[in-house]
Amino acid sequence: MTQQGVRWTADQVLALAPDSASRTAGSELGTAGPWSGAGSSGEGTVWGLCADGGSAPYRTVVDVADAAGPACQCSCPSRGFPCEHALGLLLLWAGGDGAVPRGEAPEWAERWIAGRRTRAEREPAAGSSGSAGPEAARRRAARRAERVTAGAVELERRLADLLRGGLAAAEQPGYGLWEETAARMVDAQAPGLAARVRELGAFAGTGPGGPVRLLEECALLHLLGRGWLRRERLPEGLAATVRSRVGLPVSADGPAVRDHWLVLARYDTADSRLTTRRVWLYGTDSGRTALLLSYGAAGRAPELALPVGLALDAELSAYPGAGQPRMALGERFAPPAPTDARPPGTTTARAAARYGEALRDDPWLDAVPVTLDRVIPAPDGDGWQLADADEDAALPLTPAARSRPGLWRLVALSGGAPVKVFGECGHQGFTPLAAWPEGAGEVVPLC
Amino acid sequence: MSRTTTAVGTSLPDSWEELVTTALLGTDRRTPAGSVPGPDAPSALLDAAAVATVRRRAGLRPARAAERPRPAPDDPRPPLPSAAARRLAMLLADRPGVSGGGRRGTAPDLMELLPQWLAAANARGFAAPPAALPALLDAARGRTDLRPAALRFAGPRALWLARFNPDWRFALRSTPGDGTSTPRLHDTEGVRRLWEEGLFAERVALLAALRSRRPAAARELLAAGWATERAEDRLMFLDSLRTGLGPDDEPFLEQALADRSRNVRATAAELLSALPGSALAERMAVRAGACVAVDHTRDTPTLAVEAPHECDAGMERDGVVARAPAGRGERSWWLGQLVEAAPLGSWSRRLGGRTPREIVALPVADGWQGELHAAWCRAAVRQRDAVWSRALLGEPSAPEAGGPGAVSLAERAQLLGTLDAAERAEWVAGFIETHGLSEAFQLLGVCAVPWAAPVGRAVVDALNIARDAGSYPWSFSGVMGLAERCLDPSEAGHLDALLAVPDEPEDASPGAGGYWSEAFQRLVTTLRLRAAMLTELTPAAT
Repeated sequence: MTQQGVRWTADQVLALAPDSASRTAGSELGTAGPWSGAGSSGEGTVWGLCADGGSAPYRTVVDVADAAGPACQCSCPSRGFPCEHALGLLLLWAGGDGAVPRGEAPEWAERWIAGRRTRAEREPAAGSSGSAGPEAARRRAARRAERVTAGAVELERRLADLLRGGLAAAEQPGYGLWEETAARMVDAQAPGLAARVRELGAFAGTGPGGPVRLLEECALLHLLGRGWLRRERLPEGLAATVRSRVGLPVSADGPAVRDHWLVLARYDTADSRLTTRRVWLYGTDSGRTALLLSYGAAGRAPELALPVGLALDAELSAYPGAGQPRMALGERFAPPAPTDARPPGTTTARAAARYGEALRDDPWLDAVPVTLDRVIPAPDGDGWQLADADEDAALPLTPAARSRPGLWRLVALSGGAPVKVFGECGHQGFTPLAAWPEGAGEVVPLC
Repeated sequence: MSRTTTAVGTSLPDSWEELVTTALLGTDRRTPAGSVPGPDAPSALLDAAAVATVRRRAGLRPARAAERPRPAPDDPRPPLPSAAARRLAMLLADRPGVSGGGRRGTAPDLMELLPQWLAAANARGFAAPPAALPALLDAARGRTDLRPAALRFAGPRALWLARFNPDWRFALRSTPGDGTSTPRLHDTEGVRRLWEEGLFAERVALLAALRSRRPAAARELLAAGWATERAEDRLMFLDSLRTGLGPDDEPFLEQALADRSRNVRATAAELLSALPGSALAERMAVRAGACVAVDHTRDTPTLAVEAPHECDAGMERDGVVARAPAGRGERSWWLGQLVEAAPLGSWSRRLGGRTPREIVALPVADGWQGELHAAWCRAAVRQRDAVWSRALLGEPSAPEAGGPGAVSLAERAQLLGTLDAAERAEWVAGFIETHGLSEAFQLLGVCAVPWAAPVGRAVVDALNIARDAGSYPWSFSGVMGLAERCLDPSEAGHLDALLAVPDEPEDASPGAGGYWSEAFQRLVTTLRLRAAMLTELTPAAT
């Protein structure tokens, strides 16, 4: 899995998490606060005591050097594997800021390590049989699908109840349905549904546009639930989109695409538990636009650090789902290098049409990546718009983009003249993420 | 979002508004159009809403374009070299609060380097990178001392930009017009119109700009409508004549001596007294000369002072303030003003052909020395007289130079300002060698940046001595900060020996050695950074 003594990245650690709930719980424990007596051996064993509410601290020990994947033991009652304490400890260790020093394993950790070694010697081929077999994996997947189905049915019932009584009830302050429903979806192992439900809470009671957005999102949630329940009857591409929107684990199994990937934009969004980094790439040979996602514990920057404006010679492979841009970074052939390349642009009308076309493959899509050519940022009432230099057409900026400092960099760069702008174009408007001046000049990040 | 919609919803069997109303009320109260009441009604409503939502979204079209902004005026300056542009972005990113408060450790204080960077970039005449303008304006907004240099560097596009953001209104206020309506200075008609119709700030800026290029034209502009200006405005305008003051200004200033406002009269008198050939200066020389004489009746020649007995109308007209501040004797108050306004060149003739140095060395009878020397100091500063300044400053190593002598540190700092940079540096270096750093802060402030070699070396030696004496570096944080900003970057190499943590002497403050090492580390890092900054701004000849 990894070389002895080499620290992992936070990404690698979080990839171990069985579900998003344990991922977020692990992230919360990935700080020095709850830990004491943490340490690591040179041979890839990490240990520590975690004071996580209980009377006695949990004893956590992880062995990351095992070729069959990391093994861990923790005195907590959690049945998740690895448990959030093991994840937290690994995050702390991956952070590498001295919280997990090299040292001698305490007696309780040493006992476990020694036990593993003897067992490993007794059954040398243990890794390939038993729990890791394909049959078992299929059974696990089927069990999970059942739970998600139960969750989707419950969600349908709750949405029906809501519509029967009227959305006006949900506009009342203190309405508790969203958080509770989200928790039920987490239990049903459908984190995608849970996240959408939680967002619904944000639309409720947000002024004049609130009821409209609320109905739109309820309808799309209903569409997703229905999509899951009838996924067997959907075309394969759409079914894959439904699976990934619901939140089932997906892996990037598309064919590797080698290209010179121009880094267009990079931005982080953070909630109290997790920092998510999005990196938009443009393949200068393939003409393909790709999205890389990377995660970090709360308050810590995700690992993936691709500088905007450089091009990366690397292989990417797509995640399943029709028309969706997410890809995974495979082998890199050279470090990122400067380039003069820019993505080709289009008009505002084509950009809006492109979003409409993308909805065919993924009706839950909020926005598509688009590069606009020769647009001029222009003030429009309280907001701003990007107006075609040569036509009487314009896309409004999203409300979020209006309050970002990037807006002013864009306006300053333009100075009333046409610029090329890359961003996300969707039903809320356009979010500019990067811009180029009309003449020579480097890319200006706007996010 | 409605902005980008076209009329899609209206063609649906149940319009979108109908769906929203039904959803708000609930299907128990209202049956969705086209479905039957009952348990399936909510689901039917959601189905219809999902179709309508996706349909609406898929049908989005661009809106009509709003009025596009007028293009920003051209900036003819050459673009910043890219390394310098990156440096600027770094300096601007280092805002207070961004990099965490508290002790700085060994990291340089980047924000403090911004003024220097701006000065260097302005001196080389580079244009600001457009994308950096928002950060520049934000920095200038937070620090008024940065504004002139930052706005100059930011150029015309920044003023264009500032019109769109209320946070940046200050830029429009501090610069007359919006950068496009300022008349060219040789456009006589445009200048006159702005002078007659402009706002106060615009007029002050116009006058200052004109005065620095064409002093006579500025004075004539001022004289034309002088009588109709308000008193406060007259004072501000008169003050702008300090720039480029010359004998040609005398008639106008003489006229201003009869002004209705006392402050205007005082300023006019002050300006006239700075013109040694003026009639006012001559009158003052006669009055002051009558008060000071060499008394030869004593064993050594001594200056005898006979302060004026009254402040007559003529003195008052020439700017002497008759009423002494509380706690000061009237006669010594009048004397001070006369001596301050009298041309220094007249004293040699009056006092037996002595040089300024000889005059300053003469003992003064009856305790008048403080009053007399202080007035000479003010005169030397006002008349920018280096010979008298040198005499009054004395030797930097003299014992009284460090303590509260006849001439205070503030006065010394001002006197130093009349000397040329090299001489100033020599004097301050000599002062620090004798008296250490504790009194030197004010004097260092008047030294040219980067510090000349003697000053730099004296400061580093003195810091070294302070460290060896075992005190904490933050007792010298003011001087340290100055050194980071002002020491010649080429001195960095001489500091390497100071970076090590020294052995602590027994009487030293605990841990001081480590803190000193850290402080010197920061000093060296900052100097290296400044050297890099300047190199980046000097494009290699191609």
